[in-house]
This record gives sequence, structure tokens and C-alpha cells, in this order.
Amino acid sequence: MKEIYAKFVSQKISKTRWRPVPPGSLQTAETFATGSWDNEENYVSLWSIGDFGNLDSDGGFEGDHQLLCDIRHDGDVMDLQFLDQERIVAASSTGCVTIFLHHQNNQTLSVSHQWTTAHCHTGPGGPSCSGAPCTGVVCNNPEIVTVGEDGRINLFRADHKEAVRTIDNADSSTLHAVTFLRTPEILTVNSIGQLKIWDFRQPGNEPSQILSLTGDRVPLHCVDRHPNQQHVVATGGQDGMLSIWDVRLGTMPVSLLKAHEAEMWEVHFHPSNPDHLFTCSEDGSLWHWDSSTDVPEKSSLFHQGGRNSTFLSHSISNQANVHQSLISSWLSTDPAKDRIEITSLLPSRTLSVNSLDVLGSCLVCGTDAEAIYVTRQLFS
Amino acid sequence: MDLICSSNFDGICLWLIWYVISLFCRLVRVSKNYRSVIRACMEEMHQVAIAAKDPASGRQFSSQVSILSAVELIWNLCEILFIEVAPAGPLLLHLLDWVRLHVWEVDILSAEVLGSENPSKHERFWNLVTILVLQGQLDEARQMLSKEADASPASAGTCKVLGDLMRTMPILSPGNTQTLTELELKWQHWHEECERHLQDGTFASSPHLETLCKIMLGDEEALLGQKELLSNWYHFLVTRLLYSHPTVKPTELHFYAQSSLDLFLGGDSSPEPLDNILMAAFEFDIHQVIKECSIALSNWWFVAHLTDLLDHCKLLQSHNLYFQCQPPKLPGWPPGLQPLRPVLHLCSLWQLGVDYFDHCPELGRVSLELHIERIPLNTEQKALKVLRICEQRQMTEQVRSICKILAMKAVRNNRLGSALSWSIRAKDAAFATLVSDRFLRDYCERGCFSDLDLIDNLGPAMMLSDRLTFLGKYREFHRLYGEKRFVDGASLLLSLMTSQIAPRSFWMTLLTDALPLLEHKQVIFSAEQTYELMRCLEDLTAGRPGHGEPDGQGVQDDDIETTKVEMLRLALARNLARAIIKEGSLEGS
Repeated sequence: MKEIYAKFVSQKISKTRWRPVPPGSLQTAETFATGSWDNEENYVSLWSIGDFGNLDSDGGFEGDHQLLCDIRHDGDVMDLQFLDQERIVAASSTGCVTIFLHHQNNQTLSVSHQWTTAHCHTGPGGPSCSGAPCTGVVCNNPEIVTVGEDGRINLFRADHKEAVRTIDNADSSTLHAVTFLRTPEILTVNSIGQLKIWDFRQPGNEPSQILSLTGDRVPLHCVDRHPNQQHVVATGGQDGMLSIWDVRLGTMPVSLLKAHEAEMWEVHFHPSNPDHLFTCSEDGSLWHWDSSTDVPEKSSLFHQGGRNSTFLSHSISNQANVHQSLISSWLSTDPAKDRIEITSLLPSRTLSVNSLDVLGSCLVCGTDAEAIYVTRQLFS
Repeated sequence: MDLICSSNFDGICLWLIWYVISLFCRLVRVSKNYRSVIRACMEEMHQVAIAAKDPASGRQFSSQVSILSAVELIWNLCEILFIEVAPAGPLLLHLLDWVRLHVWEVDILSAEVLGSENPSKHERFWNLVTILVLQGQLDEARQMLSKEADASPASAGTCKVLGDLMRTMPILSPGNTQTLTELELKWQHWHEECERHLQDGTFASSPHLETLCKIMLGDEEALLGQKELLSNWYHFLVTRLLYSHPTVKPTELHFYAQSSLDLFLGGDSSPEPLDNILMAAFEFDIHQVIKECSIALSNWWFVAHLTDLLDHCKLLQSHNLYFQCQPPKLPGWPPGLQPLRPVLHLCSLWQLGVDYFDHCPELGRVSLELHIERIPLNTEQKALKVLRICEQRQMTEQVRSICKILAMKAVRNNRLGSALSWSIRAKDAAFATLVSDRFLRDYCERGCFSDLDLIDNLGPAMMLSDRLTFLGKYREFHRLYGEKRFVDGASLLLSLMTSQIAPRSFWMTLLTDALPLLEHKQVIFSAEQTYELMRCLEDLTAGRPGHGEPDGQGVQDDDIETTKVEMLRLALARNLARAIIKEGSLEGS
């Protein structure tokens, strides 16, 4: 039985992120950051689920997570990423990008650096600049890439005052999310259903490749890259559809999986167990997708509570089957061979689940119903 | 007293409101959940009150705790009487729970007594035992007595007798199938046994035990002697019922309630507002409860919720209650919602407002529409959330207006691509035309298209407006030209004019675009097509002189225009000649 602990925090949570654990260490996830939105005052907060020396009767940890520290944030927190163990990058609806520094000795947060007009609209009148919401941020220390409603892409370095590279009008519509493909290539998704690959080595403001959903131009809201197979990419759209792409092949998704009933706000491959994928949505649901092939063995466990195996993959490209053994389970599109088990992780539907993050066996998600949910036994 | 509009409108209260409304839809468990939330909120506030550094804010939190506690007390009673509608028997059990829930000191006291070295010698030991008996917690009371028996062997015998009486008291347990008559019979026997012991002087040696026995007999004197421990009349009422009328019927309640109130106050003091509310509830007078609450609590928050809940239980159908207890009218808001108005206007609560209005049967939809229009849209993400709400409820008018607002905003920000996307989503043909015109104007000024990623992928959306179709097709011409597919490009260009898709004002640009094709070393336009081009040019120039502007600028423009027309005529004529020769020679060969 997976136990999910909820805590009400009196603010709508827009983003939740685990602090990364040092590579090679045996530590488990114990600290996460959250960002709030749509409140009169918004905050970036750090929480600990760590044990404070007290084990409960079953020998497990106490479920409640405790606030470590928080700091005011100007505007809605649109995105949040850890740059390293102690620095967090926050994207604001004011167009500002801020690096917060966490002082672990006295548990405080401070502003370490700020790019105030990272994203802005230039009105038709002239050079006057009004902030445009920064919608996505991705970090690969020391590089920080941001995208915004102004269609601009910024490349910052944590130690540089000015942007290293700016692509103005990179997109005619709103850019919703960004992720690294292979450095120095990035991948963006936009509000007209396109996936664009950008190479910072190339001059000019043209993407090196455009992939798109067919015809309907359904906006894409989130994107994540397979941690081991860098050509495999998952995106989530406004219609709640999960699309799996192979960026080497064609310009269309390899498979489209019918998923949520409303906007899919985030999609994440499990960082160390990428046969597992997690999605959350405006419809208030949080799903765990399991594509590992040894399903029969596990099925008894995953059947409880969730809806199982709603496999609705529409095979679009069959090229993926050529190198079956080499190819990620996400790309194979033979419904008879592979099944995807889907489990719903939240007990009852409430308001939108805006964000989720997974690390090890821990998952955290935040909702518009002002609750943060944490589970520490994802694969129990 | 002012819970909602208080300036100290802090997070905990918000959290309560959040939860309240999100629970509102599920009526079955809703009332209990509601109370548990109030309780959790109360505890949280209690903590805050304790933790508060300056005494003033500490006091404020404490006072809010006491309001919430009164609210919960009333709510709980209404739940038992109106929602659960407990019959005789279970009714008393519910009332006992109700009393236990609202007398907090027992836990603290028992912890204090049991925590001491020698519990039975603790100065408040007998207080504790008495409270337990008063609350009908006889098992716990028995355990306490056994401690006394252990400590003083002299009284062990009498303690055991009283303990046995406690153990054998017949009570209705929820799982039990015995009938009320059976219970009454057993209870009568037990009552007589208690009386016999009292008569025989079994407990004469210990005044404490004797008092307890009297309480268990429902002796009013003895009960009133414990006023301090009972602390209020409704506790007295419940204890009195427990030991003298355990199978009290709901209809008899008000009689006992009134006499208990009178006995308890004994004419020393007059009933307070809370007493009046509870009394009205015991009289099953819902309207009186609501009226009293609205007077006592000085704001409508609680009353509205209670009223709504009762309304959902169909308890208010026969009465036009809304008119009886209307706060001053505020335009556009249904009476039941008035109290929420200040709350919903707090910016972060708009999603709740939606949930709330969904459950208002009559004016909910209208209010929701008004509500939606007032939500500020600072980011597209928020707009998408609002749009989703509207689309789920088929509020097409609001969807259109939100998209339009976003499209306008995008135009103001020089984001034509975004603007076009939003007007396509709104299916707003007029605005799509406007944005398309901007695109075309920009093209004329700069000589190149912006936002190609969008225009090249319009797909079926292109059909939304003629101008948009033209924009997409014109861009297609440019692509064909770029790919050196001149013949296809030429016929597309011509069809844009002959099918009247292209606006007149743009024809000159199109004809100018045709120039390089006319001058190309290969013949691209056929003779037929060239005639059509010529007709287009003549149509255009024929209407022109009338629109000529008299000022100098106009004259200069006219000069350029005239040159252009001359060049076109020349090119057309030359192309026609070549085409005729080519077609003639092809035919001939």
C-alpha cells in the first residue's frame, strides 16, 4: 500500500522540486523546494521530509514534512529548478529570473542573483519594455536556459551578469517548457503543438529542427527527455494526451497515449528507473505509468486502486520496431507485446495538480487545493 | 466576532474556507468533515495563539478559537438533530458524544491525575471520577474507582459495589439488536437496584461514592450540586437524560431542555445568545436557529453554510427562508452567497468561487459568469485554467471573451503569432482578419514574413476568415517561389485575385510579385493567364483616379504607382507575346 501524506500549506503550489542528492551518495531524497502562485504574496519554500530522529510505530518515518525556510517571491513562481545542492533558480510571471541561495547552517534563503527583465514584451510604440511571464527554466550547472511568453530564449551562466545568448522571437507563440537534449542543444515546446530543437552553436534565430503534432495544433505544456536515451522525449498537451517522440525519426510523435482529461502540466521520466513515467494534470489526477515488460509479476501490486492498462497507443511509426532489443520500451508500439500499467496515485480528485517531481522512491506534488503530497514508497 | 472580514485574515482561516467549499459538494459526509475541519483549524489556531509573541495577537487568536468552538458546538447539534435525525435511543448516544467533544478539560485532567505519583490521593481525583460519571464514561470511571480500591482497602468493598453498578448499567450499543422496550425494562431493573443500595446505606461511609450513586440515579439535587463540573446547562441536560430518561424521544427534547435551562440558571442569570440558539435547535425550530445565529454571530458566513447544508437536506423547501434572513442586498449576488463575497474577491480564491457557484441551484450560473469576468489574467497559464473552467461548463461567451482579451493583449505586445493563435482558439473571424492585416502590413513594410512557424502550420484553421486564408495562401506562394515551383506559384497567385480572396488593396502587391515571373526567361504565365492578369490590372486602375489624394505626398505616390503600372503593362505585353508564340509553335509542331 502506497501511503501518501498530505499537508495543507495555505498557498497554491505551482512547482515542487526535489533537491538533487550528490552523485554517488547513498542519501535518499529529503529536501524539496516549492513555489507558490496566485496568492497575494508568493513564496519559494524549502521543506524537509527528513526524520527528526522519530520513527513511528511501524518503523517508518513520520509522514509530515516540515518547513525549513521560505522567502518572498515577486510574482507567480512559474518554474523552479535546482542549479546545484544549494542554489535554486525561480522563474517569475514578472519576467524575472532569480537564483536563490540556501544557507544550510542557519536555514535561510537569500537572493544570490537576479535577471530582472529576462523576458519582456516590447510594445508597438518602441523600446518600452514590460515584463513577460517566464514560463520555463532548465539548468545544467552553470548554464541556465529560460523561455517565456514573449517567445524569447535566454542562455544565462550563473556567474555572468548578462545573458550569454538571447534568441529574440524564437517562437511566434508562447513557449511553455524547455529541456536540455544534449548540450548544447535544447528542446522547447510551444502553444501551437510544436517541438523545436535549438543548437546554441548555430548563429541566427532559427531552430535546427521542428517536430509537430499533426494538424490540430494542440498546445504542448511540458516536455521531458529520457534520462539514458537522449533521443526519446515525452510531451504532454492541452488535451491531456501523452506523446512519445523519437527526435531522430520523422517529425511526428512515435505514439500518442490518451491520458488525462485536461491539460497535462508536467511529465517526468523516473531519473534512475526510466521505464516509469509520471504525469499530472489540471483535472486533479497524478498518474504513474509503468512500461517495464515484466508486468505479470508486478500486476498484483499495481492493480489495486488504479485503473490498469488503458493502452490506447496509436502506432504512427513502425520504424521503431526495427531494433527492438535496443529500443526503449517507450518506443515500441506493439500493443500485444507490451503493456503499460497506469496507476492513479492521488486518492480523490480535487483541483489541478500543477507539478510533480520524482527522486529515488520519493514523489512530491503540489496542487491548487493548497496541498503538498509526498510519498516515500513509490515502488513498495 | 467578525471572523471573515477581520483584518487579521490569516492563512489558517483561508485554509478552512478552502476546505469547506471543496467539501461542499459531497453531502453525505460533508457535515462531519466540515466539523473536523473547523476543529483542525481551531487546534492550529490554538497553537498559533500560544505561539503568538505579542499578547494582543494572542488574544485575537484566542477569541477566534472561541468563536469557532461555538460554531462547531452549534453545527454539531444541528447535525445530530436535523441531518442524522437520530431516533430515541441513539439520540442520547449522539448527544453524549456531543457533550464529550465540547468539554476538553477531561483529557487534560485525567492526564494530570493519572500522571501523579498516587492518583487516588490527587486533590482532583474525585472531580475526575465525577466528570467521567457525568459524561457517562462509566468504564473509565470504574477503572479510576479500582485505583481507589487498591489504595485504600477499607473502601474496596463499596467501590466494587458501585463499580458493578456502573458495569451493569444497560446502554444501547450501536451493534446491538435489542429493542427499546427491552432496554427500558433492563434499565428499570438496574435503576431499582441502585436505589436499593442507596436506601440500604451501602455507600453511607463514603460521601463521594454516595454522590456518584445519586448522580447515577438522576437525582436533580445531586446533579445541580455539580454545577461547577457540569459547567453549562446543556451538559446538565444530557447527564440528566442519561440517568433518568435514556430513551428520550426527539419530540420530548425541548421540554427537558427548557426545564434544564431553568433549573441550571436558577433565575440567577438570563440565557445568553448561544443558549438561545441551542434551545431553538432543541425545539427543532430551524428558522429560529438561523435567525438567532445571524444575530449572535454578527456575520453571515456560518449562517450561510448552515442554511445551505440544511437546504441540501431539503429541510427548508416549504419555507421561503431566503427572504426572511437576507442581509442587505448587494447587486448581482444571490442572497445565500452574500457572505462569501468579500472572501471570493480575495484574488487567490477564484477557483473556490467556481466550486461554490456550481452548487447554487438558481443564480449560480449567472454569478459564475460575473465571477469569471472579474478574474485578473496575468499569465497565460492562469487564463488556460479559467478557460478550462468555462469550457467544462459550456460558457462559450466567456471563452470567446477571454481569448479575445488575450489576443488583444498579444497585439499590444507586438506578439502577432500569439494573437493569431488566440483568435483562432476563440473562432473570432473578425479579430483573425485584423491580425492577418497586421501581418500583411508588416510584410509590405519589411518585405519578409515573421512568425513563419505559425503561418506555415495553420492547417484547417486557415478557413476561419478570408483574410487569414489569403495570408496562408500568399505565404504558400512565397514558399513555392522559394522552391522554384514557378508554374504552381503563378497559378496560385492568379487564383488569389480571380477568386476575390485577396483584398483589392493588396492586388498591386500581388501584381508586382508577378513581375519577376513575367520577366523570367521561361514562359510561365500562359496567354490565357496573362489576359486575366491584364484584366485584374485594368480593374484596379479603372477604379483608381477617383480615390486620388490631392496633397503632394499623394502626387508623389501616384508617380511611383504610375511607373509601376507602366512597367507591369510592358511586362504583361511582352509575356503575352512570348506566350502566344510559344503556344502557337507548340500547337504547330
